[in-house]
This record gives sequence, C-alpha cells and structure tokens, in this order.
Amino acid sequence: MHLLFFLSAGVSIAAVLLICIFLFSRGIPAIREIGVQEFLLGKVWKPSSDLYGIFPMIIGSLYVTAGAIAVGVPVGVLTAVFLAFFCPGRIYRFLKPAVDLLAGIPSVVYGFFGLMVIVPFIRNTFGGSGTSWLAASLVLGIMILPTVIGVSEAALRAVPKSYYEGSLALGATHERSVFRTMLPAAGSGVLSAIILGVGRAVGETMAVIMVAGNQAVMPSSLTKGLRTLTANIVLEMGYATDLHREALIATAVVLFVFVLLINLSFSAVKRRKG
Amino acid sequence: MRNTSISKDQAARRAKRNAASLRAAVYAGAGICIAVLIGILIYILAKGVPNLTPELFSLQYTSENASVVPALLNTLVVVALSLAIAVPLGIFSAIYLVEYAKKGNRFVKVVRVTAETLAGIPSIVYGLFGYLLFVTTLGFGYSLLAGALTLSIMILPVILRTTEEALQSVPDLYREGSFGLGAGKLRTVFRIVLPSAAPGILAGVILAVGRLVGETAALIFTAGTVAQTPDSLLGSGRTLAVHLYALWNEGLATEKAYATAVILLVLVAGINTLSSVIASKWTKGNKNG
Repeated sequence: MHLLFFLSAGVSIAAVLLICIFLFSRGIPAIREIGVQEFLLGKVWKPSSDLYGIFPMIIGSLYVTAGAIAVGVPVGVLTAVFLAFFCPGRIYRFLKPAVDLLAGIPSVVYGFFGLMVIVPFIRNTFGGSGTSWLAASLVLGIMILPTVIGVSEAALRAVPKSYYEGSLALGATHERSVFRTMLPAAGSGVLSAIILGVGRAVGETMAVIMVAGNQAVMPSSLTKGLRTLTANIVLEMGYATDLHREALIATAVVLFVFVLLINLSFSAVKRRKG
Repeated sequence: MRNTSISKDQAARRAKRNAASLRAAVYAGAGICIAVLIGILIYILAKGVPNLTPELFSLQYTSENASVVPALLNTLVVVALSLAIAVPLGIFSAIYLVEYAKKGNRFVKVVRVTAETLAGIPSIVYGLFGYLLFVTTLGFGYSLLAGALTLSIMILPVILRTTEEALQSVPDLYREGSFGLGAGKLRTVFRIVLPSAAPGILAGVILAVGRLVGETAALIFTAGTVAQTPDSLLGSGRTLAVHLYALWNEGLATEKAYATAVILLVLVAGINTLSSVIASKWTKGNKNG
C-alpha cells in the first residue's frame, strides 16, 4: 500500500513531465522551422501563405489581461475590503456564497452573457462590431472578481486585529485605519490575488473567443477586435494540418511558458510573505 | 491657542471628509460587484427560464430541436469517469504526502510544485495535450474516454490539495490514540484519519465536479463536439458546456443556448450549495468535537 500511495503521488510529476514532453517535442521543432524571431515577433499570422507570426496574439493576450486587471482588481479589492471590514453580518451571509457562485459559473456562460449584453452595448455606444478588446476586458474583469475577492479577503482577515486597534487608538478613523494600516499590511496577499487573477485571465479561452472578435492582427484600439494566444489554438486546431498544426502547438508552448512565469512570481511573492 | 484649536477643527473635518470618500469608494466597489452579479443571474434566468420547454428535454438531438438530454448524459458520464480516475489518485497522493512522507522530503516538495503547476495550466493547454496523447498517440480518437482522462489530470491538483488540507487538519491525537490501541499505520489511515477528513475531502470533490461541469476548452479537442450520446466510451460526445459553445458557434438556436445556460447555472449553484453545506457541517462538527 505504501508503494501505491507513493506511485499515486508520482502521478502529478509524471503528468507535468508528459505535458512538457508532448508540447515541447512538437512545438520546439516547429518554432525552429519557422524561426524564433519570425514566430515570436512576426506580425503576420497567415497560415495559408506559411506566415506564422504570433506577436499580435502575444500582444492580444497581454492587452486583454491588462484590461481585465484594470477592471477586476479595483472592484475586487474594494469588495474584499467591504466584505472584511464594512459588511454587516446579514449581508455577508448572502454576499459570500454569491461571490462563490460567481467563481463557479462556467466560462462559456460568461462568454454568452458578454456576447448578449456587453457586446451589443459596445456596438451601440461606440459603433463597430462590438466584439473588442474592451468587451473581452470587461468579461474577463468580471471573471477574475471571485479570485481577487476571495484571496484578498483572506489576506485582509489574516492581518492581526491589534494593527487596527492600534491605529484607532492613535485617533485614525475606521476608514483610515483600514486603508492605511490593514490594506498595506495585507499587501503581499493582495498581490498574490492579483497574480492569480492574471493567471486566470491569461489562460481563459472560451469567454474570450466569444467576445474578442479574434482578428489575428495587432490590436489598434479599445473598441477593435483582437485575438489571444488561447483563442488562436481553439479557433484553428480543428482544421490545421502539418506545420500549421505544429505552430498552434508552439503557441501552446508560449502560453505554457507564460503561465510558468506567472506561477513562479506567485510562489516568489508567497515565499517573501512567509 | 485660538489658532491651534481652529486647525484642530479643520483637521477633524478633513479626517471626516477623507473617511467619507474612502467609505464611498468601498461602497461603490462593492455595489458594482453586487450589481454585476445580480445582473448576470437575472439576465440569464429571465432569458433562459421561458425557453425551458419540454422538447428541450426530448431524448433525441435533431438539427431542428437542439435537445440537451444527450449533452446532460455525456456530462454525467465524463464527470463520473474523471472522478473515478482522479479521486483515488488524489486521495492516495495526499495520504502519501501527509501520512507517509518524512518531513523535508525532496520528493514531497517536487510533488507540491508539480501539483501547483498543474493547477495553473490553462485548460486549452490540457485540451491540446489530451489531443496529442490520448486522441492521436494512444489512438482513442475523439471520445468521452479521452476527454475524461484529460479532465482527470486537470482536477487532480484540486483533489490533492483539498485532501491534503483535510488530512492535515485531523488532530495528531487521533492517530496516536489509534496507534496506542494497537492499530497499524494503514488501519489508522483508513479507519481513523480518512473518516475524520471525509467531509473536507468531499467538499473538494464537489468543487472538482463544478469545474468538470463547466469545462469546455479542454474537451473540444478530446471528447469532440458530436451532439449525441455515443454507444461506448470510445465515441465522441459533447458535454453541456461544450453544447452551449457549439450552439453559439453554429449561430442557430439562441433560445436553446439561453436555456442551456440556465441549466448550467442551476447545476453549478446546486453543486456550490452542496459543497458549502458539507463544509460548514464539518467545521461545526469539529467545534463540537
């Protein structure tokens, strides 16, 4: 039985190794064939004429993530502050499960909501098709809310109560104590929350596809469409062959490396805190 | 004297103003959050519930009638199969990490790091990996089996972590008591530790179910998008979430899509409630014990 437990524990390691092997063994040769520079910095993605530049998609992922952070983090952190320090118990008992529910809603449902509500709104307000960077940022911003709220709230609650009381005793108001003492003290926890949110936003696929427009060009404005790395894979994997298919796997390699970097920075923040 | 008292007055007023604006910001943030949440729920329910018609639940999927029943059945099969693979693996791994491994064991560290990595990998990367390994290399083709295997790797870290936490929260007193009565290691783990950790583990499993039900990206290229219930596990079939995506992709049947979204929402809400009920029962039980 001991051996069985040991082997089970090894499955995680084996899974990561297998994922690396399968992605890298197909992706790296493709990148080499296309040329590292042409692949990563090439601005044209046109598989029909053998042009595989994913720079627009890298930028697209970065833009969408930045947008999601800009939307989700202020609202999320303020909501966490509300839940931790301002919320009457009666409202909390309703609000907390509601936020958890928000975390559980499948991403296609978010995408569908974005498509039916946010996209038409943008279309009517700013013109254009509505599927855009802005739409994707709003939808993703909503999607990362539960992550940001949950982790930030836990961090805020972990700050010793004596900090707050000390601040009050020095004559600060409740609000000032919360914002000048508790929030900075929970800083690294809030930062972890943001990094987790970034991870979720970078990896999100289905909701983005439905609202971002998916044009494989450099994003030009907030109300124009863009394509993310994840979208690139889902949209074309179904019919891609040969080098095109390998290029999509290489796209996943780039995505994978991004996520590893995010994970590393997350554990760095966690280590500093501990 | 006069001067200082005035400035004190001003300072007090400024402090009050500051406090008011900070409070306003907090209420605005929370207000936006609540409004969005309620907005989404009401919108989906309002648009979807009227479309929950009887023919939506007819047994056969046809192009005129995008019935959700095959998708529901496929979802059940995929969830059951993924759990059957991932739950034992996750629990056994956690048992090893918590009960068997020595402190500071290098292997344990590697397992933790890899589990964290697995938890962070985007689902589309899982999808691609599942496609490369299960669909093509192992030759399962687009099938429920390939989908379930892919998803089981995806939820493994969820189960592993929640089980680990649950096991760690079992007091050492229990273990010592069991050893003191002459039970062996294995007996202690299965008779004493696991039962006391069961509610925590169960909450984790239910969390994983929620993720499975909502998963799309990892399934499109592993389980495929066929709208029927396949004859065997090696056949392709779409789950409910994939069904919703496919309905959008085909651009028809918007009302059906709304209805599907409602069903998904209700499923997830039910799963969440179940999980939190179990978790809260557990903490209450702990307090009493």
